[in-house]
Amino acid sequence: MSLDSHIPSGPMAMKWSKHKQDSKLINPKNKRKFTVLVVGSGLAGSSAAATLSELGYKVKCFCFQDSARRAHSIAAQGGINAAKNYQNDGDSVHRLFYDTVKGGDFRARESNVHRLAEVSVNIIDQCVAQGVPFAREYGGMLANRSFGGAQVSRTFYARGQTGQQLLLGAYSALNKEIAAGGVQMYPRTEMLDVVTVDGHAKGIVTRNLVTGKIEAHAGDAVLLCTGDYGNVFYLSTNAMGCNVTATWRAHKKGAFFANPCYTQIHPTCIPVSGDYQSKLTLMSESLRNDGRIWVPKKAADIGKPPAQIAESDRDYILERKYPSFGNLAPRDISSRAAKEACDEGRGVGPGGRGVYLDFAEAIQQFGQKTIAERYGNLFAMYEKITGEDGYKQPMRIYPAVHYTMGGLWVDYNLMSNLPGLHVLGEANFSDHGANRLGASALMQGLADGYFVIPTTIANYLVHQKPGSVTAEHPEFKKAVEDCTAQTKRFLNIKGKRSVDSFHRELGLLIWDKCGMARDKAGLEEALQRIPALREEFWNNVTVPGSGDLTNPELEKAGRVADFMEFGELLCRDALHREESCGGHFRTEHQYPDGEAKRDDENFSYAAAWEYTGDVSKPALNKEQLTFEEVHLAVRSYK
Amino acid sequence: MSQLNLHLKVWRQNAGQPGHFQDIDAPDIPDHASFLEMMDIVNERLIAKGEEPVAFDHDCREGICGMCSMQINGVPHGPEKATTTCQLHMRKFRSGDTIWVEPFRARAFPVLKDLVVDRSAFDRIQQAGGFITVRTGAPQDANALPIGKEVADAAMDAAECIGCGACVAACKNASAMLFVSAKAGQLNLLPQGKPEKDRRTLGMVRQMDKEGFGNCTNQYECEAACPKEISVRWITKLNRDYAIAAVKEAFGNAPKAGGGGD
Repeated sequence: MSLDSHIPSGPMAMKWSKHKQDSKLINPKNKRKFTVLVVGSGLAGSSAAATLSELGYKVKCFCFQDSARRAHSIAAQGGINAAKNYQNDGDSVHRLFYDTVKGGDFRARESNVHRLAEVSVNIIDQCVAQGVPFAREYGGMLANRSFGGAQVSRTFYARGQTGQQLLLGAYSALNKEIAAGGVQMYPRTEMLDVVTVDGHAKGIVTRNLVTGKIEAHAGDAVLLCTGDYGNVFYLSTNAMGCNVTATWRAHKKGAFFANPCYTQIHPTCIPVSGDYQSKLTLMSESLRNDGRIWVPKKAADIGKPPAQIAESDRDYILERKYPSFGNLAPRDISSRAAKEACDEGRGVGPGGRGVYLDFAEAIQQFGQKTIAERYGNLFAMYEKITGEDGYKQPMRIYPAVHYTMGGLWVDYNLMSNLPGLHVLGEANFSDHGANRLGASALMQGLADGYFVIPTTIANYLVHQKPGSVTAEHPEFKKAVEDCTAQTKRFLNIKGKRSVDSFHRELGLLIWDKCGMARDKAGLEEALQRIPALREEFWNNVTVPGSGDLTNPELEKAGRVADFMEFGELLCRDALHREESCGGHFRTEHQYPDGEAKRDDENFSYAAAWEYTGDVSKPALNKEQLTFEEVHLAVRSYK
Repeated sequence: MSQLNLHLKVWRQNAGQPGHFQDIDAPDIPDHASFLEMMDIVNERLIAKGEEPVAFDHDCREGICGMCSMQINGVPHGPEKATTTCQLHMRKFRSGDTIWVEPFRARAFPVLKDLVVDRSAFDRIQQAGGFITVRTGAPQDANALPIGKEVADAAMDAAECIGCGACVAACKNASAMLFVSAKAGQLNLLPQGKPEKDRRTLGMVRQMDKEGFGNCTNQYECEAACPKEISVRWITKLNRDYAIAAVKEAFGNAPKAGGGGD
């Protein structure tokens, strides 16, 4: 099937303006007749729900958390990029666009990225007007800082909690519309399925997580703003509830899943300390500005207190392998270097999965006070979690999954190939290619919700008769029955293993075979083992309790069941992509210095997988990527 | 890493029914585990025995989403200062300890199951005025309105609130004043928030009362329990903002032109 991305014609810098001009309008009186279902209340979901309601659409918004304000966007620390050029350092829309396409290792759609860079400036204006307390200078102007992958200072921030402040801004806009009656909010409500009628997405099935009630909601369009699938690895920096269910169910109803193998690993996370571990915590990678990364040269020194390992017996892995960049080598290269050292049996800490991040030299040079001023909150966080004092002994770090670039395929209007189904924010695939730059996730979530979908949704709705489908339609009844049957099935298996034990096993397998470095043999092995594990899950899982009350185990069972299927597609995509690019590293495809080796001739496309009725036999559709503005080049930061 | 042998007294309850403490032994708990990971281990063992696990709220597990709660040995989020339950680690306890684990208790936070409570009252308070009325796309350039660093930093102090409800659980009156004052205070302090200051203050305070939260009697337990160390000075500001707004309302809401009032 050919994919039409509906990219507007004309020069790159004019495409969005032209598209806005060409987009359909719906008159205010008619807007009230349309109902839009928004799933998820993070940056993309809250901003979309609020803005569509302002425009006059009737909106229903759903989240599984107890409040819209708790969606995982809240955990983002660093900042949000915008091409404001307030620093007069040469930034521009074009430069932000260029950095993002290059940072994505030339696997993003140019036109979407350019639009993202264009609306980035409006996002900051909007957030400030809402009362988001960004950092400011004494003169009252907004402050900026620089971030990885850019040579300009374009990142706006609010202490170490930019995500929280932006989400609270969007949440306040959402509250304004809830109070005005335009948005009906459904917290503690999880989406279980998409309902299609005549090939169009016309509703969803949800489970009320308090009463257990399974309900159908009909609408004229469905917006999935449901974040990423990083929890397929079990351990990640995601919140515990993050899941793939909404996008995976949509996929099984016909929406294409694009580039699932593009997953991003962050190098400076706190390592796993035991098999009871439930999640991983990220520390800002700014730590690498002053910390030196090393492991013992000899495996025999493992277990010794670090202070007793002589300088000559230490291997400063990044400084040795990448002398020009040293400890500031790019995220993916640093992550893989740590993995290699640990694979060689030289990893430190519990389980041998960690490397030292040593501040002794920096403290000697600048004094502890200066280091504390720079990173005090991170040292405190590290101490709280590990019980160790990073000033007195080296920290231990290890890479962890923290973002996924893949997602449902969407066209320029953010609509999937399934008409009516729109996908926003991290849940779609379009803007970050194979690798996302720091401070760009928040930007994309808000760009899609505040500025893109409010314009583009009309291009779909204008052809729809509002309210033409209701929840009385047989397709809804059937979908509710299917979801009810699945709940019953979980409760009736009464096997021997907990949901978490399956999730942990799946995650370890995928992390091992499809994590930081991937190869053909490992991926083929994973593709053998996942279906077997899935079968065991469906025969041997135990879900206590009942279906008609709060039942966290039942919620987890549904999510893990979908991860069991999705994990296979993730590995299949990684196996098919015979190149390395961004977050996808195939050990067979690299330059001698360890840089990812792309194959532009054969793989310059987005891989959009189609469900065929058999999870193990998806069909591949390709959206060829063309680069008009940014010339394909080896991604190099040297 | 050492192991702890603990004894838990955990609150078990279904919505609308009476609850009770259940005695649960928790041997061999790694001291590196977080409190919620300890609860995960306990639940895995309950499941293995064919019993129903303990329901509790949690999500980000990095101290920012505000979803986790729990009254631990009578203190919201447990004994460590400025720390949410998810960031509390078992090394803060000793082997042999008995730990009491209860839900946040307040009339306005009804128990849904075990340790899970309904905090939607906080959302409704926010909906009663916790926003600035501005349409998407309408604003001027962000730097057109200079805001001094001191004001921006103070607003940020209030904005750090994660809406967990520990302030309510810590208060003998189950007052929500710390939460409401931080939320209203952030916006009332900023120039963008001035035009709606009176409306916002009256709306949020009245909704708070309607939800069944108690009155503030200046015990400051809320500040002590707050994982983000929100200062009770925000309550002082809210009291002042409320008095001004109420007086203006009583006199027909007349002197609008004078600005926000502080």
